[in-house]
Amino acid sequence: MDTWEFYRHILIPAVNKGLIISIQLILPSAALGVILGLLVGAGRAVGPGWLAKILNAYVSVFRGTPLVVQLVMWFYGLPGLALKLEAVLKPCGFPPVWEWLLLSPYAAAVLGFTLCSAAYQSEYIRGAVLSIKKGQFLAARSLGFSNSQAFWAITAPVAVRRALPGCGNEIIYLIKYSSLALVVTVSEITGQARNVASLYFRHLECYLLAALYYLAMVTVATLILHWLEKKLAVPGPEGLNRD
Amino acid sequence: MTPPAASLLSPETLASLSEFLQSALFVAQGCGYTVALILLAMSIGLAVGLPLSAFQVYGPKWTRRLAGLYIWFFRGIPILVLMFMIYFGFFNIIESVCLKWSGKPLTLSPFLASVLALGLASGAYQSQIFKGAILSLPSGQFRAALAMGFSRTSAIVSIVLPQAMRISIPAWSNEYSILLKDSAVAYVLGTMEIMARTRFMTSLTFTHTPYYLLAGLLYYLLTWLGVKMLNRLDKMTRIPGLGHDLKAEDHLQAD
Amino acid sequence: MTSTTPLLEVSRISRIIDGKTILDDVSLSLNKGDLKVVIGPSGGGKSTLLQCINFLQVPNSGDVFLAGQSARAMGRRNICGFRQKIGMIFQDFNLFDHLNALDNVAVALRKVKGEKKVQARKRAMSELERVGLADKFHLYPSQLSGGQKQRVSLARALAMDPMVMLLDEPTSALDPELIGEVLNVIAQLSLSGMTMLMVTHQIGFARHLTTEIIFMEEGRVVETGPPELLEAGPGGGRAADFCAKLAEVTGR
Repeated sequence: MDTWEFYRHILIPAVNKGLIISIQLILPSAALGVILGLLVGAGRAVGPGWLAKILNAYVSVFRGTPLVVQLVMWFYGLPGLALKLEAVLKPCGFPPVWEWLLLSPYAAAVLGFTLCSAAYQSEYIRGAVLSIKKGQFLAARSLGFSNSQAFWAITAPVAVRRALPGCGNEIIYLIKYSSLALVVTVSEITGQARNVASLYFRHLECYLLAALYYLAMVTVATLILHWLEKKLAVPGPEGLNRD
Repeated sequence: MTPPAASLLSPETLASLSEFLQSALFVAQGCGYTVALILLAMSIGLAVGLPLSAFQVYGPKWTRRLAGLYIWFFRGIPILVLMFMIYFGFFNIIESVCLKWSGKPLTLSPFLASVLALGLASGAYQSQIFKGAILSLPSGQFRAALAMGFSRTSAIVSIVLPQAMRISIPAWSNEYSILLKDSAVAYVLGTMEIMARTRFMTSLTFTHTPYYLLAGLLYYLLTWLGVKMLNRLDKMTRIPGLGHDLKAEDHLQAD
Repeated sequence: MTSTTPLLEVSRISRIIDGKTILDDVSLSLNKGDLKVVIGPSGGGKSTLLQCINFLQVPNSGDVFLAGQSARAMGRRNICGFRQKIGMIFQDFNLFDHLNALDNVAVALRKVKGEKKVQARKRAMSELERVGLADKFHLYPSQLSGGQKQRVSLARALAMDPMVMLLDEPTSALDPELIGEVLNVIAQLSLSGMTMLMVTHQIGFARHLTTEIIFMEEGRVVETGPPELLEAGPGGGRAADFCAKLAEVTGR
């Protein structure tokens, strides 16, 4: 088979298939990661002491251990726990809740990405919330804003701008780390490239093409992020985007 | 749910406990590999990142472009793909070329591939750190050095970079913890570091959770230890008035 | 060198940045032992002139001769040797923040002149003594006052045995009570025969020591003459006018 045929009929279709799976991994993980990160970040910044402590521990563990370890834990580790739970709970007549722990590869990947990403996201959210000056909120209240009006009109817009660069970067990292889904047997771009590479023994081309796909995704995401940052930028040397 | 105290101390439990401790020791011995991996990768990253940052700030246009291209490439592709590319792609080519030319077989190790992949990618990140540090220095010092007869290169080497490196230590500890976590990916190639040993034990014993928790703990400890040591380095090399107002996070949002 | 050749000759240099003429056909010359003072409103091209003299900025046309040697004729490599013979003092000192006072003076001796560490430090120490800072040798720039910083930077320049010194508003960034100590060192230097070109607003100081006043405005040398030039009073030359205004502001 000549090179062109190989690309056209085998490699590119396979990697395209991987691309769709990658996107199916990235989009929900990014969205859930941001939402969970918002909750965790807000809880750490303004929540009661005991909650902040628990959430800090969560963030410390998930930022302090490699994502690979977390992924294999969810995919290979949880079923073992499920067996133990089953042994204890089944005789007591519980409904089979332990089966929830038997995650599909896809579910394990999304869970792993979401929990890890949320830990990092919460750092930026927390920083953004803490950086907002109390005076601005008070000033809004003195103008007659209600508490919630002041939050949505004054605090939230500032916090979003402050958190945007960090959170956006985190999503870009997620795009790259989605390749680790390979270790839980999800065949996204990297997995597809590896399958083709080992079948046809054309490693360099396959991985280069995979690299190009990631580069394209990362570049597009970076451009969108910069565009957003520019659009929301507040002018002046003391502009809000400076930290 | 918890077994009664008697069964905790039963001979079977003790036996399986000592078995676990033995295999835990085996896993923990991977720390040496992991540390060697990241120390080498950090050195490569330093060797690549320092000149890249100097080119980006002081170089002519074409070197700036080239440096930008390098950074775009290595920041844009996943470490796993990079490892595959180097180990299966380039190493295969080098090995077969070597066989053809010298007739002797050459085996390049997965360890080397992992070090290269981590190091080249780290070079892109470290160059960003150093670039930020260089730009934060008052530019007058570079001009003053030139005025005294320093060549551009020696002004960069003896005046700019020592300060930039000093300022970069906090950001460096960030880079260290990223590299440490990325190094776990190397198990996919079969580098016998912590993660590979963990996977080996789990497939041998069919128990997963304790080993993964152990691996997580080891990585957590190594992160903590490394950051602590870099903090100490930061304090030891502190120069009055240099870089106190500069926070690592300002220059690197790499985690 | 014959007595007719000036030590430093600036010959018709122009500097254009982004289509804007910063320096327009400026010429001047210094004989050995001269102290000439450049005055004029800010934005008049004084700092650019000094940076063009040691080719930190390359003039678009014209040339600079040091002891008869053309700067333009030197290659990229030799220009470093050329700069080495011209000491430069900056308004904001530009001390190297990662080195203590002693090493600030010694670093160029080692890295540029290739001297041994011990030898370089010995020389640096004697230069620090000359500016009265021998007891401060171990302090870092951030631990020195503005006046002390500027004196270290003088010592740093002197250690290279320059033939000429260029001083770019050496006292403008200093608190008023610290100006004296720096001017003292400069005055001593001048009396000991150092050739200097100095940009300053310290008219009183300039009047006493200088051999010639050069008044610059909008990139051109508008007037040159003896210090008396400044005393013509209102309605005199442009320089006198400028000084009168300056005196109004500073109350001197």
